[in-house]
Amino acid sequence: MAIQKVQNNKAWFMVMPVLILVAISAIIPLMTVVNYSVQDTFGGNEFFWVGTEWFQEILASERFHNALLRTLLFSGLILAIEIPLGILIALAMPKRGWGVSVCLVLMALPLLIPWNVVGTIWQVFGRVDIGLLGHSLASLGIDYNYTQNNLDAWLTLILMDVWHWTSLVVLLCYSGLVSIPEVYYQAARIDGASRWAVFRFIQLPKIKRVLLIAVLLRFMDSFMIYTEPFVVTGGGPGNITTFLSIDLVQMAVGQFDLGPAAAMSLIYFLIILLVCWVFYTVMTSYDNDEQSNGGGAQ
Amino acid sequence: MASIQLQSLAHRYPSAPDYALHSMQQNWSDGGAYALLGPSGCGKTTLLNIISGLLRPSEGRVLFDDIDVTDLTTEQRNIAQVFQFPVVYDTMTVAENLAFPLRNRGIGKNEIEKRVADALQMLDLQERANDRARSLTADDKQKISLGRGLVRTDVQAILFDEPLTVIDPHLKWQLRTELKKIHQRFQHTMIYVTHDQTEALTFADQVIVMYEGAVVQIGTPQQLFETPEHTFVGRFIGSPGMNVLPCEVDGSDAVFAGKRIPLNKAIASSAARFELGIRPEHITLSASDGIPLTVTALEDVGRHIVVRGEIEGAKVSALVKDGVAIPENPCVSFDAAHINLYADDYRVGSGRGD
Amino acid sequence: MLELRNITRHEGAEIFLDDVSLTMQRGDLNILLGPTLSGKTSLMRIMAGLDKPNSGELLFDGVSVLGTAVQKRNVAMVYQQFINYPALSVFENIASPLRVARVEQRQIDKQVAEVAELLQLTEMLDRTPDTLSGGQQQRVALARALIKKADLVLLDEPLANLDYKLREELRAELPALFAAMGAVLVYATTEPTEALVLGGNTVCLHQGRVEQFGPTLDLYRTPASLRSAKIFSDPPLNSVKVECVAGQLALAGSQQKLEIELEQVPDGNYTLAVRPHHLSREPETAEDIEVQGNVSVTELTGSETFVHFSMADNPWVALLHDVEDFAVASSVKFYLKPQNLFLFDSDDALVEWQPAIKS
Repeated sequence: MAIQKVQNNKAWFMVMPVLILVAISAIIPLMTVVNYSVQDTFGGNEFFWVGTEWFQEILASERFHNALLRTLLFSGLILAIEIPLGILIALAMPKRGWGVSVCLVLMALPLLIPWNVVGTIWQVFGRVDIGLLGHSLASLGIDYNYTQNNLDAWLTLILMDVWHWTSLVVLLCYSGLVSIPEVYYQAARIDGASRWAVFRFIQLPKIKRVLLIAVLLRFMDSFMIYTEPFVVTGGGPGNITTFLSIDLVQMAVGQFDLGPAAAMSLIYFLIILLVCWVFYTVMTSYDNDEQSNGGGAQ
Repeated sequence: MASIQLQSLAHRYPSAPDYALHSMQQNWSDGGAYALLGPSGCGKTTLLNIISGLLRPSEGRVLFDDIDVTDLTTEQRNIAQVFQFPVVYDTMTVAENLAFPLRNRGIGKNEIEKRVADALQMLDLQERANDRARSLTADDKQKISLGRGLVRTDVQAILFDEPLTVIDPHLKWQLRTELKKIHQRFQHTMIYVTHDQTEALTFADQVIVMYEGAVVQIGTPQQLFETPEHTFVGRFIGSPGMNVLPCEVDGSDAVFAGKRIPLNKAIASSAARFELGIRPEHITLSASDGIPLTVTALEDVGRHIVVRGEIEGAKVSALVKDGVAIPENPCVSFDAAHINLYADDYRVGSGRGD
Repeated sequence: MLELRNITRHEGAEIFLDDVSLTMQRGDLNILLGPTLSGKTSLMRIMAGLDKPNSGELLFDGVSVLGTAVQKRNVAMVYQQFINYPALSVFENIASPLRVARVEQRQIDKQVAEVAELLQLTEMLDRTPDTLSGGQQQRVALARALIKKADLVLLDEPLANLDYKLREELRAELPALFAAMGAVLVYATTEPTEALVLGGNTVCLHQGRVEQFGPTLDLYRTPASLRSAKIFSDPPLNSVKVECVAGQLALAGSQQKLEIELEQVPDGNYTLAVRPHHLSREPETAEDIEVQGNVSVTELTGSETFVHFSMADNPWVALLHDVEDFAVASSVKFYLKPQNLFLFDSDDALVEWQPAIKS
């Protein structure tokens, strides 16, 4: 049952400072971007109205298509690896005893490292001349070089992200798993359920909600990935790791094409919004289903 | 179905200094309905989990049909269990829930369909067969938990761990009689754990009363009601429980409040403490005949009135049936045939009925 | 005095409370009786100020309190779960409302000692709640509600999580305790027996509506509607559909007549109902009405017998005050006194009737 708070108009005054802050920090910059995206400038302070021209140009450009595809592929791979891996690790973690805190600390460690540091670590780690990974691989006779080989560049970025972020999925799933009452496992044993059946019919349904959150977080984060490829590969070799975010910065800062960059960032923003909306709908429809059938305790 | 034997069974949790279950010797027959009755923490759930194999006893053996199953897992023991909180598989329909234990055991499709249909009919759930199990009410969910045991024709025993805790009073009656009917029809060996005496007494042929990890008395509901072997059993069973009144023993008489009550035999005991046990049902109130009672409260519960009072500092309650008048300053007399005598809490004799 | 006027609460199409009007006096115990989801908790949440009704008025001592925040109302609540501060001692738990009210230490010591004595907690004041039994933990929660000297005390199935025997003990203790509070007391329960033991007034709730409100025993003895009779019956109420033609009752859909003639009852369809303990094996007077059916199951408790039988396809149960086993499917006859019979009309309202004088 939803808790309905007693109405109190004082609350509006309380949130007013935050509303003002949000307006200054988010809404006004956003409007500036919108403003840029429909105008052109030839330097100075002269602007010309161009309507949806930039949007059409971006949507039709191959450069944008490629960057979008690369980003989508990257996010897809990240989800395909991190979600199952995260669930597996969460399942394997001990549920009680001293092992719990050890595992939790180990899992939390990568999450505490800043993005650019992670990038730097891997950039060094993967170097053939001085990096542990790169050097070891090279001495094993494997030709590995993320600065020149396309596949190696991708592998490095994915490995890095998996190393950095799988923990988040693990922690979320683990919290879902430990909240399942013991009787469910006991009942399953009595029903003669296999390990797979226990996962499929008890554990998976019970962690479904946290899993959706994990998918949502990992998607948004990997779709907006910037720091790591910027530090490690700089978008290369060639354009092979130039994701939308890198492309956007190159266009805005490198080429100073403010108009197209603004249009692109708006499109980028809308794509993320769209995907979030899809996730939100899926999640709430699941909740409604639960509620209308709930019965449950009063 | 199987008979169940517990041989010198005892259990102590690894880190605990005391035994959760004290050594016991039990022999429960095939097809019987047994209830484990006692207050929270008396060890009844521990005992049930040992029988189902969810817990391994620290001492002693568990035998099903003379076969030692102590080292077998729950799956290998082939038992069914219904828990306090209904366990259903959320994503499955009602019928799929019932089919689940059969599918896990690789039973043929036709056979599964037939048995599920039977179980649905038995539990009166035919119309909900294709509904999601999570959409059901608590009592229907509990029926599903039971149904997953009923579909398996070869279970050794069905165990219940306070299965009616979350069920509304009206539905409790329905589910309970449903259970009783199923037992009468199929003669499964059933073991039912509860703290609710009504549930235990109405369900079981034999009730095992437990207290602080030990079995205090085993008997039919009638035995437990009429001849409680320990004052705990007398107090725990019945509502209100048995009156336990301090008395003195003089040869073959008990003396309470200056009145002599003849016993069935002379008591020679060095016990420190003697007590009379008399059920509220066996006390009659009258205007002048008997020991005067100081009434402290009247509880009209509809079908009878509970008269609470005191005699020489001892609390006494009596039952008066609906429609019977209660005198202003009542005197109580005890039905001698239903008196029990306790020495240091253990029953040593009874009143002499005429 | 707490007054509820036409309180309604719904969320979308789901109705939690439908036009509830009640008046409750200080010092009175008011029991909310009804099955799960009948609106007991919804009603309590509104009384406490945790929820707002969609329409209706809530007055305390004649003043509307709907706009007052929960913190400012003097309300105490005890829940089904034993809710105490785990890190505080029993003493501090009980004292917590006084600490909030900044009562001086001497006063606190004195009041806590009094309340602890009343609830038999004196020995445990230095312990923490998790070392106590369930019954003791709930006593601590009750003590906190008691010491707060609230104007309104709400108890939401406070005994539901306790053992049967403990429940019985606390039930017997509660009325005296409640009398000492002098507040408006509201007590929710699903169990008819609990309502009867506690006494006071009872509100019969069904699907968010008040079926009946009045002194507990009156409700039990003269239920205004079939629903309220059913809610207030444990074991369940026996009922059967009957037709009345010229004062003569017959089972609906069959020619089987009941040996009773009624006066002042118009022809039509009725429901006849009787409580299980009003059925007996032998007729006591010539007027007793005979009913018969086939036994489906017998439950023996050691002192009583519940005989479940089908009476014209309705599940009936008889409560007998001795032990007697009946074979399944055997035919049984029971007798009931005409004055113990309830008759409800086609709208399920109680019908007044008189037995016809036999010539």
